[in-house]
Amino acid sequence: MVEFWWTYIWPVIWILLQILAIVVPLLVGVAYLTYAERKVIAAMHLRRGPNVVGVYGLLQPIADGMKLFFKETVIPSGANRIVFVMAPMITFSLALVAWAVIPLGDGLVVADINVGILYLFAISSLGVYGVLMAGWASNSKYAFLGALRSAAQMVSYEISMGFIIITVLIVAGSLNLSDIVNAQKESVWFIIPLFPMAVIFFISTLAETNRHPFDLPEAEAELVAGYFVEYSSMTFALFFLGEYANMILMAGMTTILFFGGWLPPFDIAPFNWLPGPIWFIIKMCMLLFIFLWVRATFPRYRYDQLMRLGWKVFLPISLAAVVIVGGVVLAFDISPLANAAASK
Amino acid sequence: MENLLVEYLPILIFIGLAVGLAVIIPIASLIIVPQKPDAEKLSAYECGFDAFEDARIKFDVRFYLVAILFIIFDLEVAFLFPWAVSLGTIGVFGFWSMVVFLGILTVGFIYEWRKGALEWE
Repeated sequence: MVEFWWTYIWPVIWILLQILAIVVPLLVGVAYLTYAERKVIAAMHLRRGPNVVGVYGLLQPIADGMKLFFKETVIPSGANRIVFVMAPMITFSLALVAWAVIPLGDGLVVADINVGILYLFAISSLGVYGVLMAGWASNSKYAFLGALRSAAQMVSYEISMGFIIITVLIVAGSLNLSDIVNAQKESVWFIIPLFPMAVIFFISTLAETNRHPFDLPEAEAELVAGYFVEYSSMTFALFFLGEYANMILMAGMTTILFFGGWLPPFDIAPFNWLPGPIWFIIKMCMLLFIFLWVRATFPRYRYDQLMRLGWKVFLPISLAAVVIVGGVVLAFDISPLANAAASK
Repeated sequence: MENLLVEYLPILIFIGLAVGLAVIIPIASLIIVPQKPDAEKLSAYECGFDAFEDARIKFDVRFYLVAILFIIFDLEVAFLFPWAVSLGTIGVFGFWSMVVFLGILTVGFIYEWRKGALEWE
C-alpha cells in the first residue's frame, strides 16, 4: 500500500501541484494584464484609467470577472449549440495547455519533452479551431466574417513564425526549450545574431494573437466584435482569458527563443543575484508592455495590407532567412551539433 | 516506452485539468445564475434588425486559396524541423538537398504570386 502510494499516487499529486503552480499565477497574470492594458493605454492618452474599485483600481479585474460570471449565458436560437459551447472551451484549454513545456527557470518545467518547440507550434496552430467553430456555430454574419478573416490571418502569419523558429533551431541545434536557452548561455542571446528575424517574429506574434495593429477580426467599427459577437457571460470570458493567456504565451516564447529565457543579461554580480524565473517574468513583462504600447500607437492595418505583409513580405524574407542562416552556419562551421561532437 | 509515458504524463494531466477547468467555469455560471431567455434575446445580432438571410453565405474563394497555401507551407515547415536540428551532422549535402526542395516550392509560390492569388483588393 505504501509502495503503491509512493510509485503511483504521489507523482501524480506532485505533477498536479506543479501544474497548479503555473495555472493559478497565469490566470492572475491574465487578470492583471487586462488591468495593465487599461492603465498603460490610459497613461498614454493622459487619462487615469480604472481607479475606483480598490486602491488604484487594483480590484477592477476581479470586479470585471465577478460581473461576467453573474451574467446570463445566451445561446442564440439559430446556433449549433454543442459547437457553440465547445469553441470557447477549446480556445481556453489550448491557451493553458501550451504552458506545460515552457521552462520558467533551469529545470523549472512541468514536462521537459524533447520536442518542446514542435509541441508549442502544434498547440498554437490548433487555436484556429476555436475561432472557426465560434464563427460557424454562432450563425451570425458578423461572427462568420470575423472568423474567416481571423482564421486566414492566423494561418498566414503562422508560416513566417514557423520559418523563423527554424532559423533559431539551426543556431540552437535542439527542439528542447531548455536546451535552446542553454545554447544562448554559451553564446549570446539570439536577438543579436538573428535581430531581423526577432523583429519579424514579434510582429507575427501580434498578428497571431489578433492584437493591434492587426486586430481586424475584432474591428469593432465594422464587425462589432468579430467571431465572438454572440457570446456572453463566462463563454465570452473564456475567449477573453484564452486570448490574453495566448499573449503571455507568445511573450514567453519570444523570451525563450530570442531573449535568453531565464538568463540574466550579464552573468556578473548584481544581475545574477536575481533568480532565473524573476528574469523570465521581467522579460515577459517588457514584451507585454510593447504589445500594449503598439496598441496605443499604431493605426489599424487594412485587410489587403495585412495579407500583403504576411504573404509578400514576411514569407519571402523568412524563407530566405532559413537558407541564409543555414548557409552561414555551415560555411563557418559554427553548427552547435558539430561543435558538440568535436569537443567530445 | 516507459520513459516516453513518464515524460508525457504531465502533459496528459495538464490537458485534463485545462479541459476540466474550461468545462466547469461556464457550467457553474449557467447553473448559479438565473436564466430568462426570450425570442428577442436569442436572435442573432444584426444591429437591431431581424436577420435578413441565413448567415452561412457564400464567401470569397481567396480564403480557400489561403488555406491551401497554408497547408503546403506549413507542411514544408514541418519537414524543415528535423532538418534544422540535424544540419550539423548531415552537412553540405543535406543543406543543398533541402535548398533544391525549397527551390521547387519557391517556383510554385512565384507562380501563385504572378497568377494573383495573393492579391486582396
